[in-house]
Amino acid sequence: MVLKAFFPTCCASADSGLLVGRWVPEQTSAVVLAVVHFPFIPIQVKELLARVQQASQVGVAVLGTWCHRRQDAEESLGHFLEGLGAIFSHEPWLQLCRERGSKFWSCKATRRQAPTCPGAPGEDQVMLVFYDQRKVLLSQLHPPVALPDHQAGDAVAGAGGLAAVFDTVARSEELFRSDRFDEGPVRLSHWQSEGVEASILAELAKRASGPICLLLGGLLSLVSAASACRVFQLWPLSFIWSKLSTCEQLRHRLEQLTFVFSTQKAENPTQLMRKANVLVSVFLDVALGLALLSWLHGKDRIGHLAEALVPVADHVAEELQHLLQWLMGAPAGLKMNRALDQVLGRFFLYHLHLWISYIHLMSPFIERILWHVGLSACLGLTVSLSILSDIIALLTFHIYCFYVYGARLYCLKICGLSSLWRLFRGKKWNVLRQRVDSCSYDLDQLFIGTLLFTILLFLLPTTALYYLVFTLLRLLVVAVQGLIHVLVDLINSLPLYSLGLRLCRPYRLAAGVKFRVLEHEADRPLRLLMQLWLPPHPLLGLPVPQAFLWGAHLPLEAERGQAGLTDPGHRPARHRHTATVSPPPCRGR
Amino acid sequence: MEDEQSFSDICGGRLALQRRYYSPSCREFCISCPRLSLRSLTAVTCTVWLAAYGLFTLCENSIILSAAIFITLLGLLGYLHFVKIDQETLLIIDSLGIQMTSSYASGKESTTFIEMGKVKDVIINEGIYMQKVIYYLCILLKDPVEPHGISQVVPVFQSAKPRLDCLIEVYRSCQEVLAHQEATSASP
Repeated sequence: MVLKAFFPTCCASADSGLLVGRWVPEQTSAVVLAVVHFPFIPIQVKELLARVQQASQVGVAVLGTWCHRRQDAEESLGHFLEGLGAIFSHEPWLQLCRERGSKFWSCKATRRQAPTCPGAPGEDQVMLVFYDQRKVLLSQLHPPVALPDHQAGDAVAGAGGLAAVFDTVARSEELFRSDRFDEGPVRLSHWQSEGVEASILAELAKRASGPICLLLGGLLSLVSAASACRVFQLWPLSFIWSKLSTCEQLRHRLEQLTFVFSTQKAENPTQLMRKANVLVSVFLDVALGLALLSWLHGKDRIGHLAEALVPVADHVAEELQHLLQWLMGAPAGLKMNRALDQVLGRFFLYHLHLWISYIHLMSPFIERILWHVGLSACLGLTVSLSILSDIIALLTFHIYCFYVYGARLYCLKICGLSSLWRLFRGKKWNVLRQRVDSCSYDLDQLFIGTLLFTILLFLLPTTALYYLVFTLLRLLVVAVQGLIHVLVDLINSLPLYSLGLRLCRPYRLAAGVKFRVLEHEADRPLRLLMQLWLPPHPLLGLPVPQAFLWGAHLPLEAERGQAGLTDPGHRPARHRHTATVSPPPCRGR
Repeated sequence: MEDEQSFSDICGGRLALQRRYYSPSCREFCISCPRLSLRSLTAVTCTVWLAAYGLFTLCENSIILSAAIFITLLGLLGYLHFVKIDQETLLIIDSLGIQMTSSYASGKESTTFIEMGKVKDVIINEGIYMQKVIYYLCILLKDPVEPHGISQVVPVFQSAKPRLDCLIEVYRSCQEVLAHQEATSASP
């Protein structure tokens, strides 16, 4: 089988030396991690490799020799390198050689043992695959850390294909710790040999995150314990809590924050991304909320709002009155049943009058209430928007009541009509058999039934019109509330961290690899370049809109299936508690 | 080793198949679709501008003409960047995998790589396309759960749509590589 040698691009210009890496027998591939330069003492090299193996559980070994001929006549180096094969035995022994000024390499892989079956060559064909160590390490395409109940060797062997390569590179961090400025006994060449990459801020954040998580986690658990106590489970309170979208939003935020500040480390990169996204979205939310707060509390805007609120409510009530007067007359040229029209119209008008008096009763307290509610903006813009949606629901409660009355009346009428229609045809509903059966009625039953049927039928247009008008009003209110909830969902689930990563560090979001064949000459080994592949962005980088409404945090993650990193335990969408528009169910047929 | 041959697609347009044999275990097939023809481009542009001019004579608003120019430009750019595929390449590397690349007229490239462990076979299948029955080359992927099952069928050369003679050439080469891989993996 063709032997694949994964060679880091940073070592292509390094001096001659030994190749250090891992051999994956299932794929017959050799993953080269670093080059050990001359001079070295074999004992020290073996010690270093043993140390790395213990620290990272990766079977690092000397794979072969690397020869970079800078001068034309360096035959002695070649013999010396061949002699090294006796000191560090590895099966198969890889020999890579690069001439000065030549793009093409020569590779040999020799097996010392006799082949087990006849016909297999003693020398294998080698295929070189170049890879960028830094990008592969930082792209986190390797499978997640092994679970504690697996043996260390099993997990690595189970990873198939190219994931094994990424896993090897990622776990060998110990090998990449030393750079060329270190005074160690062995001189290595790898992606960090020009200087170890680190950031003070990142290190400080890592140190500080432990105690901060503990503290905040403790606070959050106190809050959730307080909210879960028995007082809030009693019937009236629990009903109100379930209906208010503010409580829903607060609960959602509490869950998210508990998840972010849990003391458990993130198990895999997807969880880390999710935590980062939640954190960034919470920050944005609070920042926007504080901006709103400062805007509201400046220039006495709350006072203006409170002053404007009661006249607006009055205006809405007046418009409703006009609407009812219109319905009581001849709406759209239709002729209504006078008596029923007057009854319904007067009933609703009285209801409206009660509502207006209630609003006027509340008006002195509105400014105080609004001021306190405005303070809640420091918890986040989403909380303010939820409160706004709840205020709209409360202020339009009369519309909801009208809708319920209209719907109930209509439903009763339809039930009655259908039952009497059956009687008119001489049938009845069999409750036991759940079907329509024929029935013989007495004459007086038929007479009364037909009479009632006629009455109900001719009163149908009036009721239907009231039902239609109030349903449309209710739909309008629900639409406004729906818009506000869409905005809240948008802020909740916009994956800003992933978007930022996509702009600044796209290789972190890589979902696979692609290959490119480099210049090829006959009789030379084949050279390929392995590059990270980013999932194609729909519409120039904007994430798919559906992800917002269903509460998904990471739409880009859905495309990481190629690397086998999808998380099946994704959180389901939040249940929206807006009141439904469907008519209340009819009891009995 | 490079080889170029001329074939035709299902509508009769000319295709060029370029074959590169890098080694017995690595081959590349590149199908170039016919380029955007000047005739069709002129026809579409003239239609759009005539329609815009007609609207202009009705409405007497010159914004329609500028809008038509913008629409034509944006439409052309969008077509070149998102729709018009110039070349489709299939790279098959024994023991690594199969890679399909589509390059668009604007230079954008979209790649898909399938690891060899997931590939069950490469076959030519028949399918119904509009009112025709056509042959297409596709890659069968293994089902991780069931060893003899197929989890997915990935069609290749979807926008070039070559005819059977071209597909047979590609199919033969792919089967040679897969057979070579089977032979060498059987012996350690």
